[in-house]
Amino acid sequence: MTFTKLMATAALTLGLATGAFAQDKTKVGFVFVGPVGDGGWTYEHNQGRLAVEKEFGDKVETVYVESVAEGPDSERVMTQMALDGADLIFTTSFGYMDPTINVAAKFPNVKFEHATGYKRADNVSTYSARFYEGRAIQGHIAGAMTKSNIVGYIGSFPIPEVIRGINSAYIHAKKVNPDVQFKIIWAYTWFDPAKEADAAKVLIEQGADVILQHTDSTAPQAAAQKAGNVITFGQASDMAQYAPMPRVSSIIDNWAPYYIARTKAVMDGTWASTDTWDGIGPGMVGIGEISDAVPAEVKAEALALKDKIASGEYHPFTGPLKKQDGSDWLAEGETADDGTLAGMNFYVEGIEGDIPQ
Amino acid sequence: MIRLEKRPQPSRQMALATPLLAVLATMVFGGLLFAVLGKDPVQSILTIFWQPLFGEFAFYYRPQLLVKGAPLVLIAMGLALGFRAGIWNIGAEGQYIMGAICGAAVALAFYPLDAWWIFPLMVICGGLGGFLWAMIPGLLKVKFGTNEILVSLMLVYVAEQFLSSMSLGLLKNPEGYGFPGSRNLQQYASAHNAEIIAGSGMHWGVVAALIAVIFAYVLLTRHRLGFAIRVTGEAPRAARFGGVNPARLVLFCLGASGMLAGLAGMFEVAGPAGQITIDFNVGYGFTAIIVAFLGRLHPIGILLAGALMALTYIGGDIAQSQLGLPAAAIQVFQGMLLFFLLALDVLTNYRLRFGAAEVA
Repeated sequence: MTFTKLMATAALTLGLATGAFAQDKTKVGFVFVGPVGDGGWTYEHNQGRLAVEKEFGDKVETVYVESVAEGPDSERVMTQMALDGADLIFTTSFGYMDPTINVAAKFPNVKFEHATGYKRADNVSTYSARFYEGRAIQGHIAGAMTKSNIVGYIGSFPIPEVIRGINSAYIHAKKVNPDVQFKIIWAYTWFDPAKEADAAKVLIEQGADVILQHTDSTAPQAAAQKAGNVITFGQASDMAQYAPMPRVSSIIDNWAPYYIARTKAVMDGTWASTDTWDGIGPGMVGIGEISDAVPAEVKAEALALKDKIASGEYHPFTGPLKKQDGSDWLAEGETADDGTLAGMNFYVEGIEGDIPQ
Repeated sequence: MIRLEKRPQPSRQMALATPLLAVLATMVFGGLLFAVLGKDPVQSILTIFWQPLFGEFAFYYRPQLLVKGAPLVLIAMGLALGFRAGIWNIGAEGQYIMGAICGAAVALAFYPLDAWWIFPLMVICGGLGGFLWAMIPGLLKVKFGTNEILVSLMLVYVAEQFLSSMSLGLLKNPEGYGFPGSRNLQQYASAHNAEIIAGSGMHWGVVAALIAVIFAYVLLTRHRLGFAIRVTGEAPRAARFGGVNPARLVLFCLGASGMLAGLAGMFEVAGPAGQITIDFNVGYGFTAIIVAFLGRLHPIGILLAGALMALTYIGGDIAQSQLGLPAAAIQVFQGMLLFFLLALDVLTNYRLRFGAAEVA
């Protein structure tokens, strides 16, 4: 009986906690999977947080916890933020999906935003960026610039997002250079400078003179710099410290506009659960400056491609396209639907090797 | 001048007092660190140590202490048995992963069957998975004299690769749109390691940890095998003359610690974590080594040390969020704790003498 009484008080406090603080400042929480200084994924999310602070000044308070392990630890951190009166919580890793849904169910008055997942609720939105649009531009530059016709690709995990990027880069490299070949190494990590450097070295030894990466550290850039005539692209963040060589361009995640818009929606009381998947057009995916190491005409083509994607005139997955096994996927002029892209688990025709299971 | 003088016998008082001194020293130097970072040191320390226990939302954090502490205590208890005998299992992290995979695999094999025996079967298989993984370094040591430290540690990385493969392949959720990770066992009632009393944080893993502590205490103080473990650690030659079979002891210590680590992994995957994912393991197997030493390799000490570690994790996350302390500062703080413990350990075996050395 004492225990049920305790839980009743607890439930009451939960209700009070979420309501009481909401009046004055809007409190926004961020749960980060890596350290804010990782120079990649988490760094850019933290830039988005700082942009929210700058935009709203005194009207907003942001809190964050970094390097939060996926699983029960993340669930505890989210609960703690909600208890401390957060109105809006961004959970910025795929692995936070089920914990976000669990905590959201306990705090119906707190809004949650989960990055890169697919589970939503009345108070849980999802958001992600169409990185593959940026991959198309990288693929174009890679295909035009490789002399050995071998492009190295450091994959993180064989999941749809990464496979989508490989396909998009390959399709556009092949368009400008029919002889291009992709060598893919799976690092099985999102951030591990040592492993990423090893992967880059192996690819360079196998003749690759372009390295694309879907991992977040700058180690491949350093390895390419040491090797000499190898070009790379910044991932998640600009990595401009390696420009103009080896880093010739980059894909930048720009979360700031989205974070500002969603915080504003909570302040105005207009927040609703949505599923956002934005690309270059709305500014969620940015293309870092193309350096002078890229020949002028290639740069002009790449920028034209960027504009066509941004305006919606061109979709990176436009038929005719076949799957790796030779079966038809998209007919002439047909574009891929979001459902297929979201769950993409096959290579397009021409890529060698199997997706690991 | 300060000198160290060896005590004829290790001091019992000091053995008890040094962990407390270490915690105090950590608070003082941690407070200094936080002050240098521009935070109020007193408030920082209070946030870490006081808030989870007695703060406004303690009703939520206290159960979380059990959730966070249980796997640490369970693993550390097993490790301590071996450490006392000088058998060094450093690979509990790998055994933890294998226990979780085996436990979850059994559950997923029967999904969505609703039956009472699924959870007990998972417990058996989880323990067995950890046990068998620990038997690899055990048998290699007994048969070929390999070093169990190296073999058990290397097998952690093998287990991690295995975990990736399972999350992306065999155990992947068929309804997960191609994303890695298994079904969530929290949504499968027969396999869910739910809280025994809702909101208490008390799941079966906590119960298992308490049983393991009691069992180990009785074993070490009352049982012949416990005596063999203690003698082997303190005087290996005497143990051999006393009829202790070293091979059997190696297998027992590695097997027991592997089994407990496997159980910890299984209870975690079936309860708080819910799914097998690529990043399922968060370092409990390594942190448990710290917990074992912090607790003086003594069952009761380990129980307290596990609670203390859990407290610094939970309080550390609160401090990050409320005070904006960087995660690295919290990790330094936790590192200090171990450092001071080991540094002050010297007082157990030595006493400080002030003044000039006496002429013999």
